[in-house]
Amino acid sequence: MADIVIDRVVKEFGTFRALQEVSLTVNDGEFVALLGPSGCGKTTLLRIIAGLETQTSGHVVIGGQDVSTLAPRKRGLAMVFQNYAVFPHMTVFENVAFGLRMQKAQQAEVKRKVERAAALLHIESYLDRYPAKLSGGQRQRVAVARALAVEPAVLLMDEPLSNLDALLRLEMRTELKAVLREAGTTTIYVTHDQTEAMGLADRIAVMYGGKIDQIGSPLEIYATPATRFVGGFIGSPPMNFIKVQCSHGTARIGDAALPCPTTGMDMELGLRGEDASLAPNGSGIPFDIRVVEPMGSHLLLTGSIDGQPARIVAPPIAKVSPGERVGLTVDPARVTWIDSTTGRAVVRA
Amino acid sequence: MPARTSWIPYALIAPSVIFLGALFLVPLVQTIWLSFSAGDGFSLGNYQRMASDLNFSLAVRNTFLLTLVVVPLQVVLALAMATMVTKLDKGRDLVLWVLTIPLGISDLAAGLAWLALLQNTGYLNSALYALGLIQGPVGWLSQETPWALFFAIVLAELWRATAIVLVILIAGLQLIPKEFSEAAEIFGAKPWTRFTRITLPLLKPSLQSALILRTVLAFEVFAVVYALGGRNFPVLAGEAYVWQNDNQNYGVAAAYAVLIMAISLAATAVYLRALRTRPEQLP
Repeated sequence: MADIVIDRVVKEFGTFRALQEVSLTVNDGEFVALLGPSGCGKTTLLRIIAGLETQTSGHVVIGGQDVSTLAPRKRGLAMVFQNYAVFPHMTVFENVAFGLRMQKAQQAEVKRKVERAAALLHIESYLDRYPAKLSGGQRQRVAVARALAVEPAVLLMDEPLSNLDALLRLEMRTELKAVLREAGTTTIYVTHDQTEAMGLADRIAVMYGGKIDQIGSPLEIYATPATRFVGGFIGSPPMNFIKVQCSHGTARIGDAALPCPTTGMDMELGLRGEDASLAPNGSGIPFDIRVVEPMGSHLLLTGSIDGQPARIVAPPIAKVSPGERVGLTVDPARVTWIDSTTGRAVVRA
Repeated sequence: MPARTSWIPYALIAPSVIFLGALFLVPLVQTIWLSFSAGDGFSLGNYQRMASDLNFSLAVRNTFLLTLVVVPLQVVLALAMATMVTKLDKGRDLVLWVLTIPLGISDLAAGLAWLALLQNTGYLNSALYALGLIQGPVGWLSQETPWALFFAIVLAELWRATAIVLVILIAGLQLIPKEFSEAAEIFGAKPWTRFTRITLPLLKPSLQSALILRTVLAFEVFAVVYALGGRNFPVLAGEAYVWQNDNQNYGVAAAYAVLIMAISLAATAVYLRALRTRPEQLP
């Protein structure tokens, strides 16, 4: 078991700065997801922690030891790759045993640990098969079993579920969470899928443009985004941003007035579609409905507030139709105020 | 509709079939027939005459010796060069281009270039003389120095034909996703272990192609040997040439040609079996 400290890590590819002074601490046994769109630097950061990529500056400390200049094999970690990287010329058994063989473990120990990892991932019955005979989901299990068999202090996972179909992804996600909880391994998990990050992680680090925009528990990130980007990236539908004028501590939208934290600034009201409810008498923030999409569990309403595009989630039985203007009521405690010029959330006084 | 168009595929491959038949299959059958006929019927006379010739056992021995020395050396060299080239970040195309220049030179020209270096009045002797290491011209390629001659031929063959192995192996290395090596590295494999446990097994299909091609060509070695040693170093293809042109005995020449083909086919069969990749082990 080990904690990970990433200290002001910078990575440059030529003139392109892929990571700009990223710092992050992952506690012992914690599961942290690096979440962000493609090109945000999350995979680069993971590869630097693994030692597959060398940082331009900064340090990586694992379990108190500075591993910044160590070869990957000396860092005491295991990794699951996006395309699994299960060795095609070895049986499933030999794949899972690979790390133990490299440690020159006794045959009896290899057998015992491989069987335990295989049981954990339910692949006992394919141990003597070759990976080409397995489905994507089964190969994924082999890759995870190979990583867990060495009982690593740190487990790194690079988009491990992105090559699976949607149903299998959901199933593997649940199973991964259970397996990793039991193993208690410190885990860093790279993904661009917010539901994976929300479902699996103790904490999420949202990355954008080579920086960590916000780090926090899934609930914190969802409820109180630190930047406009985080609010727009997390949640489905994404957070709505409505430009408003604040004067005398109040923002007016139509008939409605909301208390706003500052005065004399260009502000954006960050409003989650599910945090607005339809007012019974049509009062409140005016919302012009353009499209109604019944999603089963809810209605997705697309339209505009004060001429600015917005998406609102309504109960599935709500009586609304396109072209209609409805009123929305909003709990002032559940909105986020964004400074238009910096894109950062304004902390409520 | 299918009935009317069914002849089209045959028409489309007909030119290739006619070409192959006229220029490959017919001569092949003719050669085999020629080797087994003497006077007016089936006979093993040509083979008996071939085998009882003074140079025959020498040619067999030399050809096998050359192949057994040159081909493994070429594979090892090409593996080292391919690994180096694939690790280059900059100038990779230039290095590869330089390394493959010998491929563009005909084997006779390559033999003559090495002759210019190694003959009595060649560049090697001039250099050694200028350095005061020898008193006068030394014959490296004569009958009296068979090992020097053998070494010179090996050197020339290495220089001339390693690049074809290199090209095949580089193409093969580029097909192996880098994640396999990275995964092995993460799980504790040192560079040599990664090479032997991951890269080599995954490179097996390319190694097989390269070995078949190089071995078949090595059994046909002729021009370089002829340029450097003449008949001082008899090889199978050289003997076929001598029987065809100097002795004007086409039957024995055909017997040599059939023997070379039989050896090549046997070598290919060995490689196909020894280096086969089972379908379930393919990536």
